[in-house]
Amino acid sequence: MSDLKKIKDEFLSKLSGKLDISEINQIKSDLFGKSGLISSQFKKIGTIAESERKKFASDLNIIKDELQDLINSKTNEFKSAEINEKLEKEKIDITLPERSFVRGKIHPVSQTIDEISSIFSEIGFSVEEGPDVENEYNNFTALNTPENHPARDMHDTFYLDEKKQKLLRTHTSPVQIRTMLKDKPPFKIIAPGRTYRSDSDQTHSPMFHQVEGLHIDKNINMGHLKGCLNYFIKEFFEVDKIKMRFRPSHFPFTEPSAEVDIGYEMKDGKIIIGEGNQWLEILGCGMVHPNVLKNVKVDPSKFQGYAFGIGIDRLAMLKYGINDLRAFFDCDYRWLNHFGFDPLDVPTNYRGLSR
Amino acid sequence: MIITFDWLKDHLKTNLKEKNLLEQLTNIGLEVESVESLSGDNELFKVAEIIKTEKHPNADRLKVCDVNIGENEIKKVVCGAENAKEGLLTIYAPPGAIIPKTKTKLVVAKIRGVTSYGMLCSESELNLSDESDGITELTEEFRKNIGKSYFSKSKSNLIDLSITPNRPDCLGVRGIARDLAASGFGKLVDLGKKKIHSKNRHTLKVKINKERGQGCNAFGSCLITNVKNSESPKWLKDKLISIGQKPISAIVDITNYVMLDINRPLHAYDADKIEKGIIVRNSKSGEEFTALDNKNYKLESGMCVISDNKGVLGLGGIIGGTRSGTEFNTKNILLESAYFDPGSIRNTAKKLNIDTDAKFRFERGIDPLSIEDGLNKAAKLIKEICGGEISKIDVQKIETYKTKKIKFDPNIFEKISGFKISLKEMIKILEDLGFEVKKDKKRLELTVPSWRPDISQEVDIVEELVRISGYEKIKYIEPIKQRKKSTLNKFQKLFHFLQRSVASKGYLEAITWSFTDKRYNDYFRDTNKETKIINPISSELGVLRNSIFSNLIMHINKNLDRGFKDLSIFEIGPIFNGSNPGEQNTVVCGLSAGKKSRLSWIEKDRNVDVFDVKRDVVQTLVEVGYDSEKFFIDNETPNYYHPGKSGRLFLNNEKNQIAAYFGEIHPNILKQIDIKTESLVGFEIFMENLELPKKTLKDLKVKFSFSDYQKSERDFAFIVNKEVKAQDLIDTISNVDESLIKDIKVFDVYEGDNIPENQKSIAISVTIQSSERTLNEKDLEKINNLIIKTVENKTGAKIRS
Repeated sequence: MSDLKKIKDEFLSKLSGKLDISEINQIKSDLFGKSGLISSQFKKIGTIAESERKKFASDLNIIKDELQDLINSKTNEFKSAEINEKLEKEKIDITLPERSFVRGKIHPVSQTIDEISSIFSEIGFSVEEGPDVENEYNNFTALNTPENHPARDMHDTFYLDEKKQKLLRTHTSPVQIRTMLKDKPPFKIIAPGRTYRSDSDQTHSPMFHQVEGLHIDKNINMGHLKGCLNYFIKEFFEVDKIKMRFRPSHFPFTEPSAEVDIGYEMKDGKIIIGEGNQWLEILGCGMVHPNVLKNVKVDPSKFQGYAFGIGIDRLAMLKYGINDLRAFFDCDYRWLNHFGFDPLDVPTNYRGLSR
Repeated sequence: MIITFDWLKDHLKTNLKEKNLLEQLTNIGLEVESVESLSGDNELFKVAEIIKTEKHPNADRLKVCDVNIGENEIKKVVCGAENAKEGLLTIYAPPGAIIPKTKTKLVVAKIRGVTSYGMLCSESELNLSDESDGITELTEEFRKNIGKSYFSKSKSNLIDLSITPNRPDCLGVRGIARDLAASGFGKLVDLGKKKIHSKNRHTLKVKINKERGQGCNAFGSCLITNVKNSESPKWLKDKLISIGQKPISAIVDITNYVMLDINRPLHAYDADKIEKGIIVRNSKSGEEFTALDNKNYKLESGMCVISDNKGVLGLGGIIGGTRSGTEFNTKNILLESAYFDPGSIRNTAKKLNIDTDAKFRFERGIDPLSIEDGLNKAAKLIKEICGGEISKIDVQKIETYKTKKIKFDPNIFEKISGFKISLKEMIKILEDLGFEVKKDKKRLELTVPSWRPDISQEVDIVEELVRISGYEKIKYIEPIKQRKKSTLNKFQKLFHFLQRSVASKGYLEAITWSFTDKRYNDYFRDTNKETKIINPISSELGVLRNSIFSNLIMHINKNLDRGFKDLSIFEIGPIFNGSNPGEQNTVVCGLSAGKKSRLSWIEKDRNVDVFDVKRDVVQTLVEVGYDSEKFFIDNETPNYYHPGKSGRLFLNNEKNQIAAYFGEIHPNILKQIDIKTESLVGFEIFMENLELPKKTLKDLKVKFSFSDYQKSERDFAFIVNKEVKAQDLIDTISNVDESLIKDIKVFDVYEGDNIPENQKSIAISVTIQSSERTLNEKDLEKINNLIIKTVENKTGAKIRS
């Protein structure tokens, strides 16, 4: 047996035993120290006959690598055991609470407005707005509701002056007037916003939200109105089918006028929209009255179209199962948290209304 | 408007059922609000007589009555009514009966120790009238009915219709029948012409004064002499009771009946109480009269009054007066059937705050051609029931009704409705509704029926045709998914972004009224103008808000009372600075109360402070797209902020528009509102003052450049006067060499030991980096010295050694 083989066998057997780190270091220096066994062998290379030198060197290198790897791996084993032992001591109770975080919410009315805007955006409506304080003309007269018209009784109005010239708008319809006065037809807008009426009980709140819709072009008829609202209601309630009923009504600013009911039923105390035999009134609409168009300098013989007004709060209540209108504006922290939406839930065309 | 199917059948021949009727009414725009049976199992309610009353042994106000309920059956009933006395004929409800008003079921009950078998009912409990004072008093006529059901066996339900203000004609049963007939629901009964033929002279002179603003165009009347007013006959009483009205006397009942039947309000005067003749004139300011509602009214000038020589008899078309009212002993009647101008009626009624059935009808517009029909119908009934002689009819007019004509192009129908009906069908519908139709080449020449004040142009005809044909015929035209204009403008996008940006920082979005309590508003009004609401729903909601804080602080306080301690809420919405349209601004306003990390095992808790809200404001504005490097912040804030712990933020140092305020709410306000929290901080961002972004995201991504040369950090500690602001140091340093100074951070502020009084130490770390080369020690030394020298010179600071 050659010296090399002897060294190898001897040390392999040494290294296979149970060793501590100082013993490993001892072996390392026995082999690779300045006068270690392997180091000595390397020094010998020059003395070996030319014919055998190559093989010797190659064998030596192989043995050196083998032993070195083994020592390294033993050392690493030792180090990692040492680290593991240290980490074991650092172990914490991971069930303790995380650092606190805060989570804000978007009010259901705001969320609903964004949903409505997203749906109407897809069929080409853009969003317009108008002031909360209006003059009497825009809120009533221009909308074909002259002074002393009994229809004014339907709106309990908050006034800001004794002459009743300035008021809090009773509906979003004055935005129709403002929009048509500042631009030229065609018009295709929705106008969400705050509206005010001076009554207050379980189902009425002195402030509420409406969204106005207006589509004026050359040949817009009641079929377009019906199609548009049917589309909207389906999209809004995220259902495939909706039972809808248009029935004649009266608003001074539309002619013909209609109110729209949707079918519903109660299941386990919850309203299910789109099925059942009960009717629920959800909006008013109609073809814009020629007198209104004349008031805003649009020629009714060339342009016609429809308008509608929907109660936003009511839509939100129906969709999200909220019972009490007054709670919307009551700021109860628990309610806001419960019915509010994560700010990341932005309704969009491409992502849809829900997650 | 309340009707019954039975009454409707006076005018409409139909075989259809009530269920179909209800559907059809709604389909043609006469919306059914509710359907109600008048009195449940109404046979249970019996005519009865009180034969004995005794004081209740245990209650002063109660009586124990022995009640004869027929066939010699006597029941003991406990009753609290003052008018319960022996011999009174009244209405008895046995145990098991359901009281129509309260919908409660009667049971045998002990009342203060005495067992009561049933109840004696007031008129209001039976929905007969609003009379709730005492039990119903029946006349002697009912004696023969003791033990029998009070209500006739009519099973007709009360149908309550919501009649839109444009349809006064449907405030009479006949108008409703006409609409139904036109829609194919039966046939309208022809009532024929029932004219009075009389030779008797009308001896009471009637004159309408021709004066400015005269509210009466025509005054028709006839005299009926030698009548004997009495109770109405059963059929008439039943008719009125069937729709929930209370019979009064034959004459009053007849005028009511005619009004409800054909929508023709009438008024009956006791002719003997009229001094000389009738003068219809404008009132004089200060005139007074007592109306039939027993109230005294003081009139302004220019109201339409019916008067005689002595003064005002009544307000025309609104309410009569007690002086000339008919009574059971009235002998001679003047029956009035007039036309009053809707505007005039409305003005007067609004000023005096009176609402009557007549007013409700006249202000919507009564058929001006129904004057004589009404007189004929009513006078004939009076003669039938009360006897007497009818005079000739006299009609005074100052204006003659002109028939309305409309030329209607049938093509317009399809253009608006989107569907087709034949010309023949159109003509039939219109004729059924009472139009006279003449064909004139391509158009229809229409004469509008006098009872339709709402119809004046072609589109009104379209509505009639669509309404009667049925809205279900309108097709659904699918909307086209095409967008020609962006949905939101830049301001709206900014709104949307701010809203969600603030919410993402832990604030719950609230929506509160645009109006508020004046007291709270004053705390946050600063120097702005107050805008009052003339007619608020309550005095606590009397002014438009000048700041959103007023409402938010109120609600924060309520939530603190609910036991929450750490709260953050915000609202984005309008504040008002005047009563003109447009005098409003959109503000994002947030409030934060309490502590951070309360009861945390890992972090030390601390009060929310001004630097929390400063971060929220700055981060929000940065997220929205503004450059925080350019922000300019000082401490000039409105008086509702803590003067020392609040700030004002401009988007740049030109200081044009205030972008935001933030800070602690003034401690005085907290004290006055009595709000209990460790700390309350808030902010306001003024949307109109934010410059709208001009660049698109695409434009914002400019060329990417960076420096790989080594950067160095150098720390400085300056001792400065207390008034010197950190921002001044930062600005001064950054101006030393903008190309080399990449970042400046304040990492310590210290006052106290080792620092002279009224001075403080500010420690700043400056990052220096060149984009051209690695700076050597010499370069760094140079810029170091320059920084120290400049800061010392400009701010009076001393470098701390």
